[in-house]
Amino acid sequence: MSDLAARRPGEVSGEMPGAPVRLVMSADARAMQIGLALAGLFLAGALVVPLALLLWRSFEGPDGTFVGLANYITYLSTPSLASSIWNSVWTAGITAIIVVPAAFLYAYALQRSCIPLKPVFRAIALLPILAPSLLPALSLIYLFGNQGMLSPLIGGSIYGPWGIVVAQVFYTLPHAILILGVALSAADARLFEAAEVLKASRGRILRTVTLPATRFGLVSSVVVVFTLVVTDFGIPKVIGGQFNVLATDVYKQVVGLQNFNMGAVVGMLLLVPAIGAYLLESWAQKRQSAAFSGRAVPYTPMPRAPRDLPLLAFCTVVSLLLVGVVAVAVWGSLIKFWPYNLTLTLENYDFGRFDSSGWDSFLVSLKMSAAAAVIGSVLVFVVAYLLDRGPKGGVLPPLVRLATTLPLAVPGLVLGLAYILFFNQPGNPLGFLYATLGILVLNSVTHFYTVCHLTATAAIRQLDAEFEAVGASLQVPVWVTFWRVTLPICLPAILEIAIYLFVNTMTTVSAVIFLYGPDTKPASVAVVHMDEAGQASAAAGMAVVILGANMIAKIGQLGVGAVVERFTQGWRRR
Amino acid sequence: MRLSLLAATCGMALSLLATEASAQKTRLTVYTALENEQLAPFKQAAEAALKDVEIAWVRDSTGVITARLMAEKSNPRADAIWGLSVYSLLMMDGQDMLHGYTPKDAAALKPAFRSAKSPMTWTGMDAFVSAVCFNTVVAQQKGLPKPTTWADLLNPAYKGQIAMPNPNSSGTGFLTVAGWIASKGEVPAFDYMTKLHDNVAVYTHSGSAPCNNAARGEYAVGISLDMRSVTLKNQGAPIDIIVPTDGVGYDLEGTAVVKGTKNQAAAERLADYAVSAPAMALYGKYYAVLALPGVTSEVKGYPADFEARMIAADVTKIAADRDRILKEWGSRFDAKSAPR
Repeated sequence: MSDLAARRPGEVSGEMPGAPVRLVMSADARAMQIGLALAGLFLAGALVVPLALLLWRSFEGPDGTFVGLANYITYLSTPSLASSIWNSVWTAGITAIIVVPAAFLYAYALQRSCIPLKPVFRAIALLPILAPSLLPALSLIYLFGNQGMLSPLIGGSIYGPWGIVVAQVFYTLPHAILILGVALSAADARLFEAAEVLKASRGRILRTVTLPATRFGLVSSVVVVFTLVVTDFGIPKVIGGQFNVLATDVYKQVVGLQNFNMGAVVGMLLLVPAIGAYLLESWAQKRQSAAFSGRAVPYTPMPRAPRDLPLLAFCTVVSLLLVGVVAVAVWGSLIKFWPYNLTLTLENYDFGRFDSSGWDSFLVSLKMSAAAAVIGSVLVFVVAYLLDRGPKGGVLPPLVRLATTLPLAVPGLVLGLAYILFFNQPGNPLGFLYATLGILVLNSVTHFYTVCHLTATAAIRQLDAEFEAVGASLQVPVWVTFWRVTLPICLPAILEIAIYLFVNTMTTVSAVIFLYGPDTKPASVAVVHMDEAGQASAAAGMAVVILGANMIAKIGQLGVGAVVERFTQGWRRR
Repeated sequence: MRLSLLAATCGMALSLLATEASAQKTRLTVYTALENEQLAPFKQAAEAALKDVEIAWVRDSTGVITARLMAEKSNPRADAIWGLSVYSLLMMDGQDMLHGYTPKDAAALKPAFRSAKSPMTWTGMDAFVSAVCFNTVVAQQKGLPKPTTWADLLNPAYKGQIAMPNPNSSGTGFLTVAGWIASKGEVPAFDYMTKLHDNVAVYTHSGSAPCNNAARGEYAVGISLDMRSVTLKNQGAPIDIIVPTDGVGYDLEGTAVVKGTKNQAAAERLADYAVSAPAMALYGKYYAVLALPGVTSEVKGYPADFEARMIAADVTKIAADRDRILKEWGSRFDAKSAPR
């Protein structure tokens, strides 16, 4: 994701203790109340109602009668299925244990050291999220499968739980680096000076200054990594052998057996760790005091070889591993047939030979991702603004806030199925969206909503609430303040959200596989189809094309971002 | 000046007419699990035969397409189904989701290849068998004999070298298991699978994965459908396709009109076309066994008695037992979580 998952530095989280009571005009309050109600309506229609409709099925028998917890009892008493819960939890746990410290070191090197080539390392850390998940899966097979180039080194093959962990580490590392990068970006130099004056050892400074200030970032990265692993089924499907996890159980129930009731049971169980994670996160948020007040002096690292050299070595190794995995897949898209005919060829990029939609699916993906980026970023930002600056009373704000955190915990397959059941309901006025590009866009925005919302919230919270107060006292309506002050200042974050939505919509598979129509098959689905048809090289080719488009989008964002920054961020400079 | 204006107006009117004519084509949304490379020729042939019908495919794996059809039950989006496993069709028929219509000339189809109801709810197109994709390079490296029967696969030499689709995730996996049950009887079939289980390296979630894996040399043996191998062989994969001689699992592919379609007349005409002799000749380019007697397939290499044995199996009964068979399979073999 984008540099965002994370843009929730410790300093800005929490309820802003000491924020002045705002003098809001009642017209503003009313406008924001209405806006909030509309936001609630949107989230209800795009997420809560479809999901509730599906999850309700977990209490129904095959004939639609209410059966209470019977399905749950059946599920939990089937030994093979119940073991999936444990498998999901321990693979996700180990992944988090590996990823979070590694990501911390990497982010620490980027934010708190003086290593060279930081922009390069920053860019490389993003690679895994720019590519469809089949790409690392194929590379891992080429590297560590039974015919793998490096398999003799590991004395076996990658299939099974350890393969899942390795692939998930690759896939989740960028998320954790982004979150921790933001958490580490804000540090008060005065604390470090004070510690040094008091002759605190380096270890003690780390323990008493650095870590506490990033506690929130650490907890969120654990939560995000854990949830991503538990809900992903692409990697266990390809690499996991028959190691059962919750996400493959959903697949089995929905796609293999067409048993939607049981699929709903598993989907419901998947929400449990996610809700636990949500509670953990709000607890961490409360404990995190505002570490970075208005008077703080930003910390600037000084070169120090004993710290910088090992960190440089570490970042180099991690970067080489990430680039290596991607490079193997790129090479895989250029060969005739792994592992028996390694002649190089460009034929694999003539997609019309392998898939009836050919290159068209790539155009569909571009349109869908661009639409998701434009519509989604505006929507997410306005909703986040209303939640943060709008009226706090009533039941609506907490409900809307909870709804924004849900999508992270919902596996794509579950969301896709929920969308069919809801939007295809006879008489649903939104039914016209069905099987159009529109539903794919809506689905993608909803699916990736949580991280975007967190980013937007973090950006908004960096702004003092006094802007609105001043605006109000000058008799300026709140939407004018929003348009002329908040929006320009937050433009970089909005851009970040837009690109996050773009790259994720380009690579998403699990939800849209149920929703595309005859003319709207996305490239990411074509990748899966070509791989299933035995055209692995062509599948790798399309995955590389998607990766290329995402890299261009990301580079474009950096370019546009620099310009935007010039015109809107002058106030940050001293 | 005036003349050119007139000409322009005429031209516009003509192009309008042309759009009008193409707009009169009925656009049929057809759900299918046919192989990718078959979509273009099938669409072309049907549109040429039916003139004013346009085929808009929605193609995915059997499981995904069936799940979509079932989820869309309350408001069907497909007009017709052309090229989907008979087990999926029977499941839909059981929930009253198929429109009763006996296509013209459907009575000529072999009895095993059509719905027993009157009017019919589905008609068959072709059949293909479960087969073994056998990697000759790996076999040579590991000194594995070439299997010719299912029983051969119990040889301990194949330990850890067999990939098979998980019947709980994949339609292909269920067909394979159903084939063993149909040819051996249920109890001997489960005995067989218990022994086979010791040699199986992995039960995959996708029906095509075992053959893909065998082609890449991940395992020597992939249990799959013969259809899967064509693309792989064309790319140069060193695989042999073996149709075991001791009992075959097979799948029928069929056509049906979806109940509630807004284009019923056009969908019925597609169903007519799907059982016609020219359509059967088209299927014969890809499939060995065809629903219409008298049309010969271009695919060779099937056991001579295959069809006779196939007809003996009772698809409807196996479909009715599906849930029970899968549950039994799951409790015996699916709990094997750690790969060896």
